[in-house]
Amino acid sequence: MDVRSKYHVVTVGPDDGRTVMLAHGFGCDQHMWRLVEPLLSKDFRLVMFDFIGAGGSDPSAWDAERYSSLDGYAQDVAEICRALELRDVVFVGHSVSAMTGVLAARLEPARISALVLVTPSPRYIDDGDYRGGFSRDDIDELLQSLDSNYLGWSSSMAPLIMGNPDRPELGLELTNSFCRMDPRIAQVFARTTFLSDNRDDLSAVAVPTLILQSTHDVIAPPEVGAYVQRQIPGSQLVTLDATGHCPQLSAPDATAAAIRSFLGAPP
Amino acid sequence: MISTPSEKIETAVVAEQDNTDDIYENAPCGHISTLPDGTIIRINATLLSWLGYTSDQVVGRRRFTDLLTVGGRIHHETHFAPLLKMQGAVGGMALDMRRADRGRLAVLASSTVVHGHPDLPALIRTVVFEATDRRTYERELLQMRQEAEHDRDRLQRLATVLQRSLLPPRLPDVPGIETAAYYHPASLDEVGGDFYDLFPLDDGTGGFFLGDVCGKGADAAALTSLARYTLRSAAAYNPDPVTVLHTLNSVLIRESQLDGPTFCSVIHGLLTTGPNSCTLTLAGGGHPPALLLRAGGTAGFLPLEGGQLAGAVADAHFSDTTVELHPGDTLMLYTDGLIEARIDSQRTRYDEDQLLAFAAALAPASASKVIEATTELLDGFGDGLDDDTALLALGRARPCHQRHP
Repeated sequence: MDVRSKYHVVTVGPDDGRTVMLAHGFGCDQHMWRLVEPLLSKDFRLVMFDFIGAGGSDPSAWDAERYSSLDGYAQDVAEICRALELRDVVFVGHSVSAMTGVLAARLEPARISALVLVTPSPRYIDDGDYRGGFSRDDIDELLQSLDSNYLGWSSSMAPLIMGNPDRPELGLELTNSFCRMDPRIAQVFARTTFLSDNRDDLSAVAVPTLILQSTHDVIAPPEVGAYVQRQIPGSQLVTLDATGHCPQLSAPDATAAAIRSFLGAPP
Repeated sequence: MISTPSEKIETAVVAEQDNTDDIYENAPCGHISTLPDGTIIRINATLLSWLGYTSDQVVGRRRFTDLLTVGGRIHHETHFAPLLKMQGAVGGMALDMRRADRGRLAVLASSTVVHGHPDLPALIRTVVFEATDRRTYERELLQMRQEAEHDRDRLQRLATVLQRSLLPPRLPDVPGIETAAYYHPASLDEVGGDFYDLFPLDDGTGGFFLGDVCGKGADAAALTSLARYTLRSAAAYNPDPVTVLHTLNSVLIRESQLDGPTFCSVIHGLLTTGPNSCTLTLAGGGHPPALLLRAGGTAGFLPLEGGQLAGAVADAHFSDTTVELHPGDTLMLYTDGLIEARIDSQRTRYDEDQLLAFAAALAPASASKVIEATTELLDGFGDGLDDDTALLALGRARPCHQRHP
């Protein structure tokens, strides 16, 4: 299976525009970007995709061991960059994929030239003086509760949603389908997301970096954004007038404007 | 004074229309309205009583996510809120709420975004159904599924180990003879009833057999084991293949008197190698005929007249046939899985004519080449191959080895 089908890659925008790669986080799929897509696609060539296990990606590519670490996801990003021969890529990663972008930028320094980290957190669990916002017990409770938060998943629906990567409209007809994931896959992805510790990777970031955060975000509180900004040399932090963990949905105009400004595009 | 049934209905209709507040406040479900940022602007009495709060404690002071457990909060932010934004509505999401006394309330929540007052932002209206019993039941189902999966894994491991114990781990070296074998299990859950073996006897001779016992699973495994050691010990005592099959027949008949039908189809052979010769004597009991691929590029079945299933009747008749294996010749034994595989949706079976044509196209071929090509053939059947299949090939090397003592 080629890389485009494997990751359900969707490309929009002018071919000669700078490449902006949009990576969704834990929970939903590339539809997370659909409100900012029209605000960026006039000037930029947008490359959107689904991580393995999400949306229209190839379910047979799922590998619990590979995806037990963010390195597996970072290697996927690198694979897409190489296969599509992307250069001078601005990698925009939401939530956990912000850290995946940090790792991918190190794997592909010749291809990834800027990072936009949307509501990032390098470590969700408090540790000494570091405040991630959650205790280990909180995260264990989340991982347990995932089994009941199945979102109406049933295996009989799976082939329809996951077996038609070339016909995403089939999936769109199903309510809640953007955020549907096999509970077994979700369990591994959640574990990787909420138990990873990437604090030590931040200081190695060597590309221009923009950090976007919300004023009120129960998953990535403001002090975590400030921590990320302090650790990444020369990075900018913009606090959006937005609520919740997904400013690209709750405040798409402000999110797109901040990205455009960072990349020197006209407002 | 209400008198007629229709008057009663009309009065009840009017009374219920006036009950809007009561319907909202004391509904058998929770109602909660929030601003887009989650700030609570109205909540009904039912939900307040479930959670143990007063209206003053939450309205204008808390967000919806503040009423959730940490797990529920993360799930809300990563799934519920994005869906609500993208779809304008979300239905039947499982969430855990946190009560004032820190207790947990399992709920199913549905939300819609409503555009009410033009000067105000859209509102999110949510209904919440208590789902403690349902959640408990789901957990039990989930636990049972996990246990079932665990048991199935264990069963498969057991079946695999047992299956392996019924086949030789590797075939012994026979000077001048190349050997190869393959076993295709129809199911990982059950032990199949096909078996084969090759073993040295005295004075440059060896015995070999391939067969298929009736049934599947544990009973078939026990019968396979019995057939195997009977054939091996009978051959050690008297290697003549017809005599060996008579011994097997007697043992299986005795066994069937205790345990019901215990029969098998089998070909048993004696291999005799000399300085410049290699002779095979085969006796068959109700088994598909062996295939002989000649060095000259032809192929044919080796006829075995009149052999009956071993264990079926007390006075079974077995006959034998002898064939000289020349350098480059290969003999293949197989079980009926190969010639009963479905090859199309009309349930057409792969048959002996097709197998013969396949062998003729393949000849001449070494034992390993024959097994490799036949394995590919089996793989090509896909789901059409629904029975266990065993293959055993003996080929005389070309040129013939002179290492015989």
